[in-house]
Formats: sequence, C-alpha cells, structure tokens
Amino acid sequence: MKADRILKHKYIFSIIRVAIFVLTLLQAISLSPPTNLKVSDHPWDHGDKIDLIWNIPYDILPFVKEVHIYSSISGKNDFQLTTIVPSHNTSITIDKLTNGTDYIFQLVSVGYSGEHSAVETSEIATPEMQLFDGNRFWLSIIVFLFCGSVVYWINHARKGKPLKIRKIAGLEAVDEAVGRATEMGRSVLFIPGIQDMNEIQTIAGLTVLSRVAKVAAEYDAKVEVPTRTSLVMTAARETIQASFLAAGRPDAYNQDLIYYVTDEQFGYVAAVQGMMVRDKPAACFYMGAFFAESLLLAETGNTIGAIQLAGTAMPAQLPFFVAACDYTLIGEEFFAASAYLSGEADQLGSLKGQDFGKIIVGVGIIFGVILSTIASAIGAESALGSACQTSVDYLTNVILK
Amino acid sequence: MITGFGGFILVVAYFIPATQGWSEVATIWFDILASIAFILGGGNLLKIHLKKVSDQSAGWAYSLITVAAFLITLFVGLFKIGVHPSVIYPNYAWSGEYRELGSPFWWLFEYAFKPLTATMFSMLAFYIASAAFRAFRAKNIEAILLLVTAFIILLGRTFAGVFLTSWLPDVVSGLRIENLTIYIMSVFNTAGNRAIMIGIALGVASTSLKVILGVDRSYLGSGEE
Repeated sequence: MKADRILKHKYIFSIIRVAIFVLTLLQAISLSPPTNLKVSDHPWDHGDKIDLIWNIPYDILPFVKEVHIYSSISGKNDFQLTTIVPSHNTSITIDKLTNGTDYIFQLVSVGYSGEHSAVETSEIATPEMQLFDGNRFWLSIIVFLFCGSVVYWINHARKGKPLKIRKIAGLEAVDEAVGRATEMGRSVLFIPGIQDMNEIQTIAGLTVLSRVAKVAAEYDAKVEVPTRTSLVMTAARETIQASFLAAGRPDAYNQDLIYYVTDEQFGYVAAVQGMMVRDKPAACFYMGAFFAESLLLAETGNTIGAIQLAGTAMPAQLPFFVAACDYTLIGEEFFAASAYLSGEADQLGSLKGQDFGKIIVGVGIIFGVILSTIASAIGAESALGSACQTSVDYLTNVILK
Repeated sequence: MITGFGGFILVVAYFIPATQGWSEVATIWFDILASIAFILGGGNLLKIHLKKVSDQSAGWAYSLITVAAFLITLFVGLFKIGVHPSVIYPNYAWSGEYRELGSPFWWLFEYAFKPLTATMFSMLAFYIASAAFRAFRAKNIEAILLLVTAFIILLGRTFAGVFLTSWLPDVVSGLRIENLTIYIMSVFNTAGNRAIMIGIALGVASTSLKVILGVDRSYLGSGEE
C-alpha cells in the first residue's frame, strides 16, 4: 500500500514536471524575438526609406500575433514605436526618414495575450538619396518614347513630307465666325479660360488667340479679351499685338480691348455676361480651362445670338459646351488647334508624334484587358491564370503606378 | 530660352530626387510674379473704368460702381478699418485679423460678396434647364440616344423615378431606374471620360513639349517669320 502510494505520488510529480516543462516551453516559444534581422537602404529613392527583412522561426510563428517595430536615431536611444505588422510579414520599408541620418531599429514579437519577446536590435542603417527615383522608372521610359516620337515626327515634317490631318469642324469655322462678326459690325469675344499662365490650357488658348487675332486683323474685326488674371492679360496683349503686326495691321491694335476684370470667378463671369448682353459680340470663343461658369457664358452667348466656339480640357465642362455651343473642341482637339490653324510643318509633325502615344496607350489597354479577362475566366489557381494575374498586377502596381 | 530652360529643369526635377527642390523654388517664383501682377491688374482695372466714366461711354455707371466698390474694399481691407488689435500685440493697431467678426471688411464679405456669388451660382440651375430644353431634341439617332440616356439619369436621381420602378422583381432589379443610372454612369460614362482624359493627357504632353522646345511660340507673340 505504501509502495502504491509512493508510486502514485511519483506519477503525479512526473505529470506536474511535464506540465511545467510544457508551459515553460510555450512561454519561451511565444516570447522569442524575430531573427536574422537585416537592414539596408531602399534603392532608387529620395533617401527617406530603409528596408527591413527578418525571420520568425516556423515553430514559433503560430504563437506570434504581430511584430512591433521601433526606431531611433543612432546615438539618441529614444526608440519610438514606428509601425506594427502582422506576424506573417517578414519585410517592410520604413519611410519618412531623413536623408543621411543613422537609424537603429528594434523588433519585438508580441503574442496573443500581449506578452512581449526580447528585443532584436538591428545594425545602423543610413537612408541615402539616389540619383534617380526608381518609382518613376517606367514613366521615364514612356516619356522618353513619347517625346522621342514627337521630335522624330517634327524632323520628319521639316523634310517636307506631307502629313494628313483629319478635318476638325470647329477649327474650320474660325474664319466663318470672325467673318460673321465683321459683316455684322460687331466684336469678337475671346475668353482664354479662367486659369493663370501656369496652366497649359491657358497657353493653348493663347496660341488659338494668336490665330484668331490674325484673322480678325485681316478682316478688320475687333477682338475683345477680358481676362481673369493680369499675367494672362499681359500675355494676351503681346500675342494680339504680334498677330496684328504679322497681318500688316499694327495701327488697328488697341490694347484697351484686352483688360483685366477680377480674380474672383463669379465676379468675372458677371462682368463678362454684362458686357455680352450690352455689346452683343457676334462671335464668342471660349478656349481654355473653365469651371462652373462655362454654362453661364455659353447660355448668355446663345441668348444674344452669337456663334460660339468652345475648347477645353475639363471633361466635366465639355457636356455644357457641347449642348450650348455651335462647335466644341473636345480634349486633344483643343491642343491640336494651334497646329491645325497654323498649318506649320513643325506643329503638324507634333500631332503625328502624339498619335504614337495613343498607340502605346491602345496596346497597353488591349494587352491589359486580355490578361485580366484570362485571369478572371480561368482563375488564379491554374498556372496560366496565375501568370496572367501576376502580369496584370505588375502592369497596374508598377508600370502604371 | 527661359521657357525652355525652366521647363527642362522641371521635367528633370521630377525624376532626379536631388533636384526636386528646384521645382518648388520655381513654383514660389511664379507665386511672387503673380502677386506682383495683382498691382498691374488693379492699375489696369482703374484705368479702364475711370476712362469709361470720364468719357461717359455706354455703361459708364457700371464702371463707376466697379471703381467705388474696388476702392472701398481696398481701403477697408488694407487699413483694417474697425479691426481691434490682437490680444498678443495690443499696442499695435494693425495686428488684428483683417476678417475679424463684425469688422467692415467681414461685413462686405458676408453681406455683399457671398450673396452675389450665391446668386450667380444659382443661375446655373436655370441655365441647365434652358440648355437641356434646347439640346435634348430627337433629331437623329444620336440625339435620341442622348435624350433617352439623359432622361434615365435625371429620373434615376429623383425619388419619383425610384418609386416608378420599385415594383420590378429582384430578378430584374438591374432594370430599376436607379440601378440603370449607376450602370450608365459607372460603365459608359466612365469609359467615355477616361478616353477623353487619355487624349487630354497626350495633348498636354505634346503641347508642353512644343512650348519647351520652342516649336510653338505664338503664345509669346512671336513665331511669325
């Protein structure tokens, strides 16, 4: 009996020892920090990123909920929690760092009950600015191809080879509009948009203004240009003066017809509307960037019976112009206007070069659609579907980012 | 040369991190120029309208109102009329916020400028109606398509439209007008919008290149030989 009791006690003690051992083992496993921590400068960046790579042993992984990452400037020892990543992540890029500054990182595994492991400290890492921004590599390739195409076709056109450009109804009507104003003895109103000279649409509008002003000078018509910013007023005056000079009518130029109204959007519209209702211009040109005032101006032009030509690259305003104006230049037609009206070989060549950009876009769209359709139809489980999905992801997240 | 050099620098600055600060400097230079241009614009405004008043040409009364409003607002704002000094600097008369609640400048903004702006904006609703009435005519197939689409979209955004098709069973819920509206906007409209945006982007790039290379200088008032 006594021997049985001793055996029973030994048996119980064994169980307790095993349980303690298992609990200790569990605690030891869940508190192990990440291993093989490596830090390096992120390549091809602005000098504000560092890459961290680490491992969590396979047998410990089920017990780790997340990894806390702390950072500090080397020598200061004031570690701040930078980010928290799920346990299955084994790499991260830390950003918003200072170029040329030494950093140290610490990683801590955190268990499901909130227990923290020991700290794994990295070596010193320094983010350095590279010569080129790697995120924009593909963009630089596309820009290079596009610009190269434009330059090639400009040179091609300079050699005298004819280029065919399709008819744009709105631009064919410029002469008709200015002629109508001359016959009726009324002025031509030209609005180069409401943005400043740093907007490309305003510059495109002014290039159209130079052509319109030249025709107006030849027909002896008056061109009135109210502007929203004074820089545009100055540029418009130079443009029109040069056009009148080129047409052989410098005496007909009147700088008071190109004037500044106000910078305030609806104040500008109110002033122009008032002028339109009182002076009743026979032809109205709206060429540039517009916002809510597009319909106000176009409808007022309709009310006074003017012929209206509009051109803008603001997609939200195009429907209003299409509904209210006689002719509308949509998007790239507006940017092609200057080349179309001038007929110069250089500029027509640039239009041709622009078409190469459309080819790149078209090929990209068709390629992406085919890959995406195959990936959706077949599924990512098969090799082909997986390859297609990977290609689509690369296209959208890397090339087109 | 300035245009070409400046444009080239800005393009390079976009791709080379070390030069990124240059584009910010160029932007600041433009802001400074634009600020100085305000004086030019104000002077031109006064010149044009004072000339109209002195010549008593047609509509000179509007020019008189413009000049008066300009000078009053300039005077009241520039000299901070009726603005109390800031609590941080009580000894400096002009240290207060120029749009202090209750000040004359604030009053002009709240009770003159804002109602006038709201009035102009509200005219859009009426102009949209008149433009729609004129544009949505079933003259040909394209016009009929436009009319039907516009009808669906407009009706689908109202409660009445949703009510009219709410009886449709779930099997054909895609034909309910609010769902048709969403489908048209998210598929057809988005596709057309993106196509236009692609063309615009290419046009912007091409025009910018022409300006930088000096191929098109007509906006400067030159280029004619």
